[in-house]
Amino acid sequence: MTAVDPVALEPGLDAPDLPPRRSRAWAKLRRNPAAIAGGGIVLFFAVVALLAPVLPVPGPAEADWSAVRAAPSLAHPFGTDDLGRDVLARMVWGAQASLLAGVVSVAIALALGVPLGMLAGYRRGWTDAVISRFTEALLAAPFLILAIAFAAFLGPSLTNAMIAIGLSAMPLFVRLARGQTMAVMTEDYVESARAIGVGHLATVGRYVLPNIVPPLLVQATLTIATAIIAEASLSFLGLGQQPPAPSWGSMLNVAKNYLEVAPWMALWPGIAIFLVVLGFNLLGDGLRDALDPRDL
Amino acid sequence: MLAFLARRVLVAIPTVVLISMLVFGLQHLLPGDPILVMAGEERDPEVIALLREKYRMDDPIPVQYLAWIGNALTGDLGTSLRTQQPVLELIGEKLPVTLQLAFMALVVAICIGIPAGVISAYRKGTWVDWVANIVALSGLSVPNFWLGIMLILLVSVRLGWLPASGYAPFSDDPLRSIQVMAMPAVVLGTGLAATLMRHTRSAMLGVLRADYVRTARAKGLSERRVVIRHALRNALVPVVTVTTILFGELLAGAVLTEQIFTIPGFGKLVVDAVFNRDYAVVQGIVLCTGVAFVAMNILSDALYRILNPRMGDAA
Repeated sequence: MTAVDPVALEPGLDAPDLPPRRSRAWAKLRRNPAAIAGGGIVLFFAVVALLAPVLPVPGPAEADWSAVRAAPSLAHPFGTDDLGRDVLARMVWGAQASLLAGVVSVAIALALGVPLGMLAGYRRGWTDAVISRFTEALLAAPFLILAIAFAAFLGPSLTNAMIAIGLSAMPLFVRLARGQTMAVMTEDYVESARAIGVGHLATVGRYVLPNIVPPLLVQATLTIATAIIAEASLSFLGLGQQPPAPSWGSMLNVAKNYLEVAPWMALWPGIAIFLVVLGFNLLGDGLRDALDPRDL
Repeated sequence: MLAFLARRVLVAIPTVVLISMLVFGLQHLLPGDPILVMAGEERDPEVIALLREKYRMDDPIPVQYLAWIGNALTGDLGTSLRTQQPVLELIGEKLPVTLQLAFMALVVAICIGIPAGVISAYRKGTWVDWVANIVALSGLSVPNFWLGIMLILLVSVRLGWLPASGYAPFSDDPLRSIQVMAMPAVVLGTGLAATLMRHTRSAMLGVLRADYVRTARAKGLSERRVVIRHALRNALVPVVTVTTILFGELLAGAVLTEQIFTIPGFGKLVVDAVFNRDYAVVQGIVLCTGVAFVAMNILSDALYRILNPRMGDAA
């Protein structure tokens, strides 16, 4: 028997005289200067993080004892820190920790949250009730306090900070995936798929998941911004990246002790966090507008 | 309203039970035997035996949980390993400090966020709206602990206008207390102002298109009266409820702000507890914050019903 694709039978999803939804969303995103600026900022930091080993900067732990807390100069454009390490070099390497933390934490949250949310939205009943109450309980504790508690019990390290942030962000994705799955389940093409005997897993994989990706993508982009601030906060408190490995948050933790004598130590890591978070927020806002189903 | 509140409290009970299970489960995240970790580096066998008995570690986990929650329900959240004070007493001591900070930050956020949201919505599509949106997004993107560090550098170190750290109880010296808390409140209130601005703008945009606003204009009322009396009053309904929920974020934000400005509040208590491996305090704080957050959600729903009588019994 030839498999019938219910989406192909669904009229009006994409009118024949319009380009596909993905192309329209992409065209709309490209017309949004704020989103393009956000994407550019994110891309810049991603390239810097990836190229850190080949960029002409000293090693992040390389100390120059003759230039302890030296002001910005040609040799050290962003100055040096309390151990004579080049602040620019540590910023470049710190970008790896920050971006990695943002992406990995959100990947953890997505990997755990989306299947749980889809299960709740698909099965409903008791499964939904149990998952929803569990999600509400996790959402009840403020994000950072929960992340601090997880990080405290797991022990201070960048990996544990990422796990802590991922676990704390997970309920957002459970709730979103559940709601979106419930909405998609009422669509005719899903009912058609079920009617022609498509199995549960195939229905979820082929018809539900692809249709809930856009809102998940928007939420993931915005949550990366939150996760980067959370990692910086945990590292600032000493619960994230451990010395001598650099991270923007841990650089600020040290810098706060030398505000009067070496203010540059605090200036640059903060600007970097601000810019990269702003980039993800601008991109996330742009994606939300571009993928808004009312406009597509 | 009483029936509504009773229903909401009943619905919240399973959530609170799950929060308590989560908090209890945290100690089982500890690698290895949690009692060995709690006993500190000395690992005195007597201390270990005492802790093992106290936390009923040889009992099955459900029995341990029931004993723990039973104590928690009577206000016994355990004892701080560091100060030997009951956890609830410690939280009770520190909470007023954080509440003062949170209240002042909320005032800052309301004073900035709501007017900015109204102006931005009223001038939608103009440069004013554009600038307000960029500023709001920047407010959401700036890490508040960095903003705190920069303010200390500028206002305290360079200009010498305000103290960089410390705390004065409001009851002892109100003026000094406000002066010391001003900078931390601005730091904590900035992010919240940005969130409030975006909510206010969105609510105002909806209300400004409503028929009753058009009618008010047609009646010849002044623009100021139309915007403030007719539009803002209605737009504030969702904003008030959002503000209630944001109180939880304020508590979380206070953790970092108190650390930077050395304020002896709830946030500093949790960080100190983490570094002293004072797990009973960490558990107590997460449990209290979670329960408070559930209570704030109920309060938010109740406020929404009071401010929006059209919801009637349907909600």
